[in-house]
Parts: sequence; structure tokens; C-alpha cells
Amino acid sequence: MNTRGVVAQARTELTLTLRRGESLIVTLAIPLGVLVFFSKIDGTAPKGYRSAVDFLVPGTLALAVMSAAMVSLAIATGFERRYGVLKRLGATPLTRSGLLIAKTAMVLALETLQFGLIIGVGIALGWHASIGVLAAVGIMLLGTVAFAGFGMLLAGTLRAEATLALANGLFLVLLFLGGMAYPLEKLPAFLRDLAKALPAANLSECLHGVLSHRVGQGFPTGSLVMLCMWAVVLPTLAARWFRWEE
Amino acid sequence: MIQTSDLAISVAGLEKQYGATRAVNGLSFDIARGELFALLGPNGAGKTTTLEILEGYRKADAGTVRVLGLDPDREASQLRSRIGVMLQEGGLYPGLRPLEVLRLFAAFYDNPVDPQELLARVGLDDAQRTTVRRLSGGQQQRLSLAAALIGRPELIFLDEPTAGMDPQARAITWEFIQELQAGGVTIVLTTHLLDEVEALCDRVAIIAKGALAAIGTPRELMSQSIANEVLFTATPGLDIAALARALAMPVDSVRHDGDGRYEIRAAGTPALIRSLAEFLDEYQLELGTLHANARSLEAVFLQITAETEAANVGS
Repeated sequence: MNTRGVVAQARTELTLTLRRGESLIVTLAIPLGVLVFFSKIDGTAPKGYRSAVDFLVPGTLALAVMSAAMVSLAIATGFERRYGVLKRLGATPLTRSGLLIAKTAMVLALETLQFGLIIGVGIALGWHASIGVLAAVGIMLLGTVAFAGFGMLLAGTLRAEATLALANGLFLVLLFLGGMAYPLEKLPAFLRDLAKALPAANLSECLHGVLSHRVGQGFPTGSLVMLCMWAVVLPTLAARWFRWEE
Repeated sequence: MIQTSDLAISVAGLEKQYGATRAVNGLSFDIARGELFALLGPNGAGKTTTLEILEGYRKADAGTVRVLGLDPDREASQLRSRIGVMLQEGGLYPGLRPLEVLRLFAAFYDNPVDPQELLARVGLDDAQRTTVRRLSGGQQQRLSLAAALIGRPELIFLDEPTAGMDPQARAITWEFIQELQAGGVTIVLTTHLLDEVEALCDRVAIIAKGALAAIGTPRELMSQSIANEVLFTATPGLDIAALARALAMPVDSVRHDGDGRYEIRAAGTPALIRSLAEFLDEYQLELGTLHANARSLEAVFLQITAETEAANVGS
């Protein structure tokens, strides 16, 4: 494979992501806004947390993964498909795997930027920075694979406008059903059961498990198992159903 | 006799079906290396499907296809570094600037053309600060052409390269295409602008209903279709009745479209041409173009495609 081509493709993907104002709002402004806003609200933190920010840092990291790997990737890829960019790239020596590597590199670079900002702001807000950095990185990679799989599934099967609407809509729904800004424990029972089956809550639960000093709770193994399942199922469905032309 | 190794493209018995529609139905033709070849046909005739099979986008249902000696379906990865493709529309990132597009594509090839130089060649160096989405349709087409050429391909596929261009951009594009041909590149294109094809292409295939209806040089196709008619352009508003008398013909055998184009419905014998010339000379009128007995490629195209339609209706 032509490494120079893949590097140029990855750089282009990142340039375009950073050039789209709406992508910066959803990937940077919203996670940071949620972190700052809810840290100032009494009663955000569920039982067992020392402060709101201790609950919010893992939650907004999960939100960041969802925004980069699902929303931003899906919308960009959906419109690339609409404008025939994916088709045109298919006639160049850049292979499909080269394109996927470039897109992965773009998502990971964007996430690195997001994580730096969230952790920096979190520490400034008094986050009791915690254990388990390596485990947290592993979990976020797993979450990235699951959400990127879902993003590509949307982008490769729906019209670009539908992808745009659905990715943004799900982002909002999962923000509230993901245990990210609002604890799962406070949801009505039927919503809580639904939420716990979805990858957003699986990811945030796992991150809470390794990044928070929670009193009286062990690591949520069930959530990790579910997250692994999503990380296999969603990319598999995307690979199965993705269509390069709209 | 054309040797197999001299062929850029060889298509034999090609078939492609979408659901109940037969898009391509037993198509066969060869294109020699270095040719400037046009694939013509009404919309829905199977041109784009054929191009997309040659480009490796689609799998043929039946038949043999070789592009630069390779199977575009199974040997796609070897083929992609040797061909250039211009899609009918789109294919460029709307958010990039022209030079960024060409730099990206340049990175995919081993020995690319300098992007800056190529941008100037297609007349886009004054649009450097504009993103693709703000370029005019014609400018986007030229950028798309440049992207097809950046990897120094041996063979390029151009799907309606001059669609949506103003006459000046079209002239630049054709000049450029001819330079490429002079450099040994094989060019396969589709277009609806038959006057361009008549003047510039080496050979033409007319496709109708997914099958080959005619193939040859524009001159061959035009001379196959002899018509008893003389077409000429001159000053608008000639006295048609006087002309018909001078030609010793009934008045309704001369027609004028009101715009200076005249049609005489009779065999263009030397005597008739002499009478016409004498008439124009007597009234000191300008003669523009003069076609005797040969139809324009456009007229031939319309005739052939209409015959194919009629044959299909009849069968």
C-alpha cells in the first residue's frame, strides 16, 4: 500500500473536519459546555461521587467519543458519498482499507484533541484525577470502534440528509440516555433498562468504572461485555451494508 | 491488422442487466492505443454503464473486457495507477481548494505531474483561494479533468467532459485533450456535443439500446449515410422563389430556417452547385458553409438511433 497516499488522505480528512464549524460545535463546544455547565449545578453527581466534575469527566469523554466517531464521521462520510467523492477515490490507487485507515487516523487525532481539552478543563474544575489511564484508553478505543462502526453504517446506507438528521438526533438522545451528563440511576426504570442496553451507556459506565473514585461500586463488567459486543456487531453490519454510491 | 498488444481496450460480448433492464446487451468494440475515441448514444443507451465496467466500478454479467491488457474487475489494483477517470459529476471534496485537491490526488501516484503547473494548464490558477463548492460548473469540470491527469495515466475516461462549460472553457479543454493525445495518451469520452466529435475524435461508436449501432471514423459514418440534399449557409432572407427558379426546381424544394441556414432537397450534382454559386454571385451574396450529399454527424446519429428504436418497436 502507498503510505504517502494514506497520510495525505488522513491529513485531508482532518483538515476538512477542523474546517467544518458544525463539526467543531458537536465535537468540542458541546462536550466542554456540558462539562462546565453541569459541574456548576447542584445534584448532578449521583451517590458515591465526591463532586459533580468527578462524574462529568468520564461522561464527557464518552460524549466526545460519540461525537467524533459517530456524528462527525457519519456526516462527513455521508456527504462524501453524496458528492461522489468516495466513488472517485475508488478509481485511484488509494485502496478501501487505505481510506478506512485514514478515517480512523482522523478520528483518533480529533479524539486526542478532545481528551486533552476535557481533561485540562476537568482538572481546572477540580477533578480528582484518577487511576486507570491505560484501561481508560483501551475502553475509549473500544467505544470508538463501536461508534465509528455505527457512523459508517448510517453514512453508507442512508441519504446524506437522513444521516445528518439521525446522527445529530441520536447524539442528543444518547447524551441523556448515556449516563454522561445525567446519571442513569435517576432515569425511570424502563428508560434505564433501555439505556443500559445501548453502547453510549456501556461506554460511559466503563469509563466511570476506571476513572472515578466511586464508593461502593465495582467495575461494571456487564457493560464492558456489551461494549465489546457492539464493537464487533456494528462494524460488521457497516462492512456488510455499506454502499459506496448513493 | 491491429495486434492485441496495441489495444488499449477490448470489449467482446459485454452484457449487464439491472433488475429487468438490459443496460448493455452484447456490446463489442476495440480501441487502439493513442486513439481519441468517443462513445455516443442517447441517454440510457448504456454509455455510462459501459464506462463504469471499463473503469472497474461494476462487474459485467457476461463477456470479456480488457483494459490495458488487464481485467478491470479482478486486476483493478494494477489498473488504477495507470488510468485516469473523470466522472459525469461530482467526485471532488466541496470543502477543499483546487490546489489541495490536486495535492491529495498527486500523493496517490508514483510520478505525478506538479499540481501547481497542472492547475495553470487547465486555467484555474486564478481560482486558488476558492473552495470547490464555490467554483462554477465549468471550473469544477476542469479541476476534475486535472485530477484525472495528475498521475500521468496511459488511458483516461472522460464522462461528458465539456458538459456545462462555456465556449471558451470548452476550447481550452479540447486543446488540452488534443495535447494529451499528441503525448500518446488514449482517451475515451462520452458527449452529446457531436460537432466537437466530428471535428476532433479519431473514431466513434454509436450505442443504442445497449448494443453497437455503428462504429468508424466520423468521416466514414457521415459518408455511409448519403443524403440527397445540399445544405448551405448564406445571408438570411434570400428570395427562395428566385433561387428555386435559378435552380430550375419547384419552390418547395428550397427551405430556409430563418437564420441563414438553407436546405435544397435534391442531389448535389455539380450542375446544381454551379447554379447555386452563380445565383449567389449574381446577387453578390456571401456563401458560408456548403455541404453536399453528406450529413453532419449529428444527422447521422439521429438517423441511426431512430432506426434502432424503430427496429426494436417492430420486433
